[in-house]
Amino acid sequence: MIEVIDPGVLTLVQDLGRPGWAHVGVGRSGAADAGALRLANRLVANDEHAAGLEVLLGGLRVRTLGPVTVAITGAPGPVWIDGRPVAHDAVLELAAGSQVRLGTSTVGLRSYVAVRGGIAVPAVLGSRSTDQFAGIGPAPLAAGDVLPVGPAPRDWPIVDLAPQRPWPTEIVLPVQPGPQVTWFDDGLAALCGHEFTVTPATNRVALRLSGPAVRRRQARELPSAGLVPGAVQIPPDGQPVVFGVDHPVTGGYPVLAVVRGRALDVIGQLRPGKGLRFVVG
Amino acid sequence: MSAEPGDGTVGQPRVLWFGDDAVLVELADLAAVRALDDAIRAARDRAARPPAAQEGTPAPRAAAASAPTVVATIVDQVPAARTLLLRVARGADPGALEPVVAHAWAQRRTAAEAVPDEPVTLEVVYDGEDLAGVAELTGLSVAEVVARHTAAQYTVAFGGFMPGFAYLTGLDPALRLPRLASPRQKVPAGSVAIADEFSAVYPAATPGGWRLLGRCAVPLFDVDRDPPALLRPGTRVRFVSTS
Repeated sequence: MIEVIDPGVLTLVQDLGRPGWAHVGVGRSGAADAGALRLANRLVANDEHAAGLEVLLGGLRVRTLGPVTVAITGAPGPVWIDGRPVAHDAVLELAAGSQVRLGTSTVGLRSYVAVRGGIAVPAVLGSRSTDQFAGIGPAPLAAGDVLPVGPAPRDWPIVDLAPQRPWPTEIVLPVQPGPQVTWFDDGLAALCGHEFTVTPATNRVALRLSGPAVRRRQARELPSAGLVPGAVQIPPDGQPVVFGVDHPVTGGYPVLAVVRGRALDVIGQLRPGKGLRFVVG
Repeated sequence: MSAEPGDGTVGQPRVLWFGDDAVLVELADLAAVRALDDAIRAARDRAARPPAAQEGTPAPRAAAASAPTVVATIVDQVPAARTLLLRVARGADPGALEPVVAHAWAQRRTAAEAVPDEPVTLEVVYDGEDLAGVAELTGLSVAEVVARHTAAQYTVAFGGFMPGFAYLTGLDPALRLPRLASPRQKVPAGSVAIADEFSAVYPAATPGGWRLLGRCAVPLFDVDRDPPALLRPGTRVRFVSTS
């Protein structure tokens, strides 16, 4: 078991989400940077669907109540065990009573902590993810919480460290045309070739951008339609909204473009103030 | 489109790319969405049955890309007013769904042909805050509003908005009114409401702009119940007055 001393800004339990319920108003949710959670789980030889911790901007402090194996991935902030700095993207063997602290990363937004055996809080509709839009899943971590750890998997870690590419400095999101691309005078050109900035009104539901207003040809009403993560919706003010993992299951504004699957994890790592561009790709 | 309302037969579905793991199918009207949604759900149910329960002999390995295999890659199916979203499992190709959609469309049943399930009956206390206002705006008496709301047979067209919320079609056209000009900060859980061509029951307290006719005590959504949502796309619904 693991005891939470300080959850930092916001720490959530996340796995790969709960597919299959969108038709009754419950979205997929899951880790905002699913690739980072998968990597953390692979490092400790967990099934990739095991639940871990999604830590926003560092600041998490926990104490182990028994020996555990953990790995920390995602936004590359400093990590200390009992005051001693340790490596990111590495297998860490901890004795009972160890204190783990995550510092604040200078890049990225979310780090992931996988624990060998997985965080074993009760699943809701087949998933341990917190969906902040639907209000489903475990509550955000609070000081004093004790988190159960599941039984260790049969496999053992096969590497000590997973070398990572340097964190990207320039953010470029590849997109293809969305269903309402013809509602816009210049099509995708209205979006691509301009610089946008991530605003503070950004969360797991959506990345809200500011930049040159994207104008549509006519102010027609669109009947609500299903959404996916990465859908780039243009509300009447022309400021793009890029949906994240906790997106509402349906939306009522035209979708100009959709971000390619290979770049979806990036959406979960863009902090307010960061600049980005869209390219057709 | 010039489709006859309710027949769902005119206008071929348009299958649009919608990200690397989904397609958005555009349709002419709600009836067409309902027909395609039912047909694809039926195909998914057939594909999910264990092979022993399926008729005929198991398909040979070479037929790996056959329709049931492709249908089985669908993990989320989200009907809306004019669209059906189909999202596939990680690594599957949503483009492979195009023939599946065409086949389901060809096999669909229109509302007239479909065999209706037993409706879910919801008991309602008709004492909503907007009941008198609805009577006034429609020129009906309160008793007539209740009579018309309970006489209709409803079908869940689609969900969305919040967990367990269901947009019900079948509302008596005499009760068709726009949403409130300014939404309420808090609509109580269980509120039975109308807006435009729809009726609905609010599963939980939330801000909302629909006109409130009454309240229903049955929980619409409960994660510990199987199935968690009482009303799902395609479910038939009747309201009865207990006031």
